[in-house]
Amino acid sequence: MKAFTTHRGLVGPMDRANVDTDMIIPKQFLKSIKRSGFGPNLFDELRYMDEGQPGADCSNRPVNPDFPLNFPRFKGASILLARKNFGCGSSREHAPWALEDYGFNAVIAPSYADIFYNNCFKNGLLPVILTEEQVDILFKEMDAQEGYQLSIDLPSQTVTTDSGHVFSFELDEFRKDCLLNGLDEIGLTLQNADDIKAYEADRAKQHPWVFGAIK
Amino acid sequence: MAGRTLYDKLWDSHLVKQNSDGSSLIYIDRHVIHEVTSPQAFEGLRLADRMPWRLDTNIATPDHNISTDKAERDAGVAGMADEVSRIQVQTLDDNCDLYGIKEFKINEMGQGIVHVMGPELGATMPGMTVVCGDSHTATHGALACLAHGIGTSEVEHVLATQCLVAKKMKNMRVTVDGTVGAGVTPKDVVLAIIGKIGTAGGNEHAIEFAGSVFRDMSIEGRMTVSNMAIEAGARVGMVAVDQKTIDYCEGRQFVPKAEMWNQAVEYWRTLTSDADAVFDTEVVLHGDDIAPQVTWGTSPEMVAPVTASVPTLDEQPNEEQRKGLERALEYMGLEGGQAIESISVDRVFIGSCTNSRIEDMRAAAAVAKGRSVASSVKQVLIVPGSQMVKAQAEQEGLDKIFIDAGMDWREPGCSMCLAMNADKLGAGEHCASTSNRNFEGRQGNGGRTHLMSPAMAAAAAVAGHIVDVRTFVGGAE
Repeated sequence: MKAFTTHRGLVGPMDRANVDTDMIIPKQFLKSIKRSGFGPNLFDELRYMDEGQPGADCSNRPVNPDFPLNFPRFKGASILLARKNFGCGSSREHAPWALEDYGFNAVIAPSYADIFYNNCFKNGLLPVILTEEQVDILFKEMDAQEGYQLSIDLPSQTVTTDSGHVFSFELDEFRKDCLLNGLDEIGLTLQNADDIKAYEADRAKQHPWVFGAIK
Repeated sequence: MAGRTLYDKLWDSHLVKQNSDGSSLIYIDRHVIHEVTSPQAFEGLRLADRMPWRLDTNIATPDHNISTDKAERDAGVAGMADEVSRIQVQTLDDNCDLYGIKEFKINEMGQGIVHVMGPELGATMPGMTVVCGDSHTATHGALACLAHGIGTSEVEHVLATQCLVAKKMKNMRVTVDGTVGAGVTPKDVVLAIIGKIGTAGGNEHAIEFAGSVFRDMSIEGRMTVSNMAIEAGARVGMVAVDQKTIDYCEGRQFVPKAEMWNQAVEYWRTLTSDADAVFDTEVVLHGDDIAPQVTWGTSPEMVAPVTASVPTLDEQPNEEQRKGLERALEYMGLEGGQAIESISVDRVFIGSCTNSRIEDMRAAAAVAKGRSVASSVKQVLIVPGSQMVKAQAEQEGLDKIFIDAGMDWREPGCSMCLAMNADKLGAGEHCASTSNRNFEGRQGNGGRTHLMSPAMAAAAAVAGHIVDVRTFVGGAE
C-alpha cells in the first residue's frame, strides 16, 4: 500500500453534508473487475451533464459548469474539503479508489461514515477529522483565496494553513502506523497465524457447528 | 462487574488477540461473497501468492447485476446482455471454481440476494461473526450475529487470514415498546428510528433493537430492521435470541442436526444482553406512535408519516439545513408543504435485501389481490429475494395475484434497489420502493425514490400515488 507522511496541496470543495458513496462513484462503474481507472467517473452524476457509461471515454463528455471541482481554480486539487458524514451508504471501496485515482491524497471533514473511513486507510488516502468550526474556517479561507493550499502532517497529526492556523486531528495508532509505513495489513495479520490456529482449534471444540457445514 | 451486552458477548467470543495499539484481531465465522466487491480481492490473493485460509466458511452467489428478466435469466451467465456485467459474474464463477468455494450459481436453487440467502439456508446462525463486501450485511444481526459490511481490501483480508483487524464499537440500544397498529410494518419502525436519530446517529455504534415491538416481530421483520441499521450510520444492527430465533433456524440446510443441534441451541440461548448491561447510548420510541412512513427526500432521514406534508424551508433551524432541504426538494421535484399523499408515482419496486422475503411478498399480494395497477403507473416490479422465496410464493399462488393485478413477477436479484442491471428509473420518475436508499441517482440517473413498506408500495401501485394503506385497504377502491 502507498504510504502517507506529509502532504501539501491544492484544496477542492464538496460543500454538502451526507455525501453518499453512490454520489462518489455511481453504481454502473462497480461492474469493473479492476481496482484502478475510477478517477474520471468520480462524482459522475454531478460532474457531467450526460449519463456516464462504464468503459466510455470521458474526455469529450459535457461537463457541468456549476460543479465546483470543474472550476479551473480547483483543477489539480489533491485535498478534498467536505462536510459531515462524508461517505455514507454502501461499503464500496470503489469510492476511495475513485478519490485516489482522481488525485486526492486526503479528505478533510467533520465526520465520516464508518465503512468509508475504514476503507480509506487501505488505499493510502488520509481521512482527516476536524471540528465543524475548523472546517468552516477552511471553507471560508478557500473561498477567499484562489490557489488555496493546506499542509497535512501525519506524524504530528496536524493540518496547517498559510494564515497560521494549526489544527490537530485524532486517529487510531494502528491506522496511523499502517499508513505512515505503507504496511501490508494481511502480512501483519499472518504473523499471528499461530494465534489464529489456536483460536480456531478451541472454537471448533466449543462450537463445532460453525465448521464444516458448507462444502 | 457490570453485565455484558449482546454485542460485548459476540465480540469477546471472537477475540483472537488484543494488540497493544488498541486494535484487535477478530475471528470471522462466515464470509458471504458476491460478484461486485470480490474480483479485486481474489486478484489481490493471486498477486500476493496467497490461498484462502479456510474454504468451509465462504458462501457465494451472484445477485447485484444479474437480470431479473426470465428469458435473459434462462440463458444463464453466457446469455447476459450486458457484457461488463457478464464478465463480472463469470469472474465470480471462475474464482469460486478455482478455489473450491461453495457458490449458488445464477439459476441454482439457493441463489438469491446475499442477505436473503444466508439466513434462509442456515449459513447464518446465532452467535456468528458474519461479514460480506456489502453494507447491508447488518441484516444477519436479526439472528443475534455480529454482522457487518466490509470493503474489498477486507474481503481479501478475510479470505487470506479468516480475521479482521477491528476496533470495538460503542453499544447503542434502540428500544421500541408498546405495539404497532394495523398497517404498520417493520419497515415503518426502522424508518421512524432513522427519522429520529438521523443517518449519522449510529456512527461508531453497534445497535441492539430491543423492546416488545421487536419481540413481537417475525425473524423476517427483524431482518428488515437490522438491514437498515446502516442507514442510521451503524454498521451493526442486531436482535437478541428468543424462541423465534431458534424456531427460524431449525431444519435449515446448514444448521447442525441431532445432538449438535441441542448443543448449539443451549449456547444460542445465552445470546442476550444481561439485565444489568450498560449501553453507551439509549434511544427510545413508542410503537403506538409510529404511522406508516414514507421518505420524501434524498436521504433516508428525510422521512415522514404518510399523513404528513413535505417540510417547508421556513421550518428549518439553520442555513445548512435550509440549503440541504432546498437541494433535496429541487432534485425530488416537490414543493415544501405538499401533502405526501399527493405525490404521484411512475414506477413501483417491491424487492431488495430489505423487503423481498416471503412475508413481504404476502403483504404486497394481500393489497394487490383483486385490484389493478393504476393506468398512470408505467411498471410495477415484484422481485423475490431468492429462488426459495420465489418458489414458495409461486406455491402460494402469489405470482398469479401480482400478474392479475398487472404487475411484473421477476427472477431473484438486487434489481432496482441499486439499478446495476436493466431495472432502473428514468430521469424525473417517482418510484414507490421497498428498498433502503433514496440517494440521488440510486435507482437510475435522475430517478426519485420514495422508501416505504411492501404494503404501502402495493397500495401506491393501485392508487397511482402515495396513499395511506390503513385507509386504502379498508376504504373504497
